[in-house]
Amino acid sequence: MAAELHVELVAADRNVWSGEATLVIARTTSGDIGVMPGHQPLLGVLESGPVTIRTSEGATVVAAVHGGFISFADDKLSLLAEIAELADEIDAQRAERALERAKSESDAAAERRADVRLRAVAVR
Amino acid sequence: MGAQLRVYKRRIKSVTATKKITKAMEMIAASRVVKAQRKVQASTPYATELTRAVTAVATGANDKHPLTTEAENPTRAAVLLLSSDRGLAGAFNSNAIKAAEQLTRKLESEGREVDIYVVGRRGIAHYNFRERKLADSWTGFTDQPEYADAKKIAAPLIEAIEKDTADGGVDELHIVYTEFVSMMTQTAVEARLLPLSLDEVAKEAGEQDTLRPLYDFEPSAEDVLDALLPRYVESRIYNALLQSAASKHAATRRAMKSATDNAGDLINNLSRLANAARQAEITQEISEIVGGSAALADATAGSDK
Repeated sequence: MAAELHVELVAADRNVWSGEATLVIARTTSGDIGVMPGHQPLLGVLESGPVTIRTSEGATVVAAVHGGFISFADDKLSLLAEIAELADEIDAQRAERALERAKSESDAAAERRADVRLRAVAVR
Repeated sequence: MGAQLRVYKRRIKSVTATKKITKAMEMIAASRVVKAQRKVQASTPYATELTRAVTAVATGANDKHPLTTEAENPTRAAVLLLSSDRGLAGAFNSNAIKAAEQLTRKLESEGREVDIYVVGRRGIAHYNFRERKLADSWTGFTDQPEYADAKKIAAPLIEAIEKDTADGGVDELHIVYTEFVSMMTQTAVEARLLPLSLDEVAKEAGEQDTLRPLYDFEPSAEDVLDALLPRYVESRIYNALLQSAASKHAATRRAMKSATDNAGDLINNLSRLANAARQAEITQEISEIVGGSAALADATAGSDK
């Protein structure tokens, strides 16, 4: 059996995803970071961006994460986000509409949120 | 129908209507408690993970962050009181307000100025009635608080604590809310959110004695702590809001249950009185008829002679 790490992706109001994975890629403030089993203990600040989780079954889970933290120790990884959505839960059309709206209202935060959602859907 | 009987009948009808309303409110509150409890549970993983992260950074990084170090001479404190928008919840609000007043008095006796922040119309009304100034207040979401509401509350509080005390900032942040112990027990509690006491946080995380790993911080320990602590405060406020909401619904349920029971007793008593009044009326009618016929019989007997 390949080495695994246990992943908990939690949003402020719910547990979004949890399970075993072989690789997790997330975007921290200083760049993308990939975490594999046996990584050195890590605590970082996340940028909003897509998080890619390669599960031990070989499937890929993508989630849009808007700010938060990544913490890893003892092969347990937790991704804490105020808002996190799995790519499957994202309504692409709605996100596109939100992007249009945010652009016309020049709401930078909303624009970035919609953009992250769309990127998460695109990687799916 | 006699006047007395009519009065009883009318009162029975109005109490029955009231009983129906309180019964409905009781059932609504009961279903909301369950929902609110579920929300408390759903927010727990985030809070535990966050607490663990805070413990890790704060013990791993040996630097002095304004949010974790105690001021040598605290002169000003902020108290955040969580009450509810609506009443009809027994002693729920008055208990929370009482706890806040006690805390305020205690802080003032220790020589601190106290800024009061209030959530919920009931608490605001209490302070407005006494014409005491509030630093800030929020309403409209106490029944079903969202995380965004917690963020809204936390923002000015964090700003106040980061400011210098001389410019109107605060040294300490206390929170008063109603802890949901069980369906029957809810207690008003006070807690100091900031400055963070690490022993307490570690106790909460339940891992005081275990050896913590040496973390690699990305980008740096200070930056992580800077980003982490506001989130921690938000998450604590969110949790307190949810507990308060659950407690409020439980208190409403209990208050409405006793109101329903009382209405039932009242209806029983009134029906008994109404029955007695009806019997008295019948007895009176019978005695009138008997008396009347006796008088009539006497009169005819007299005329026969």
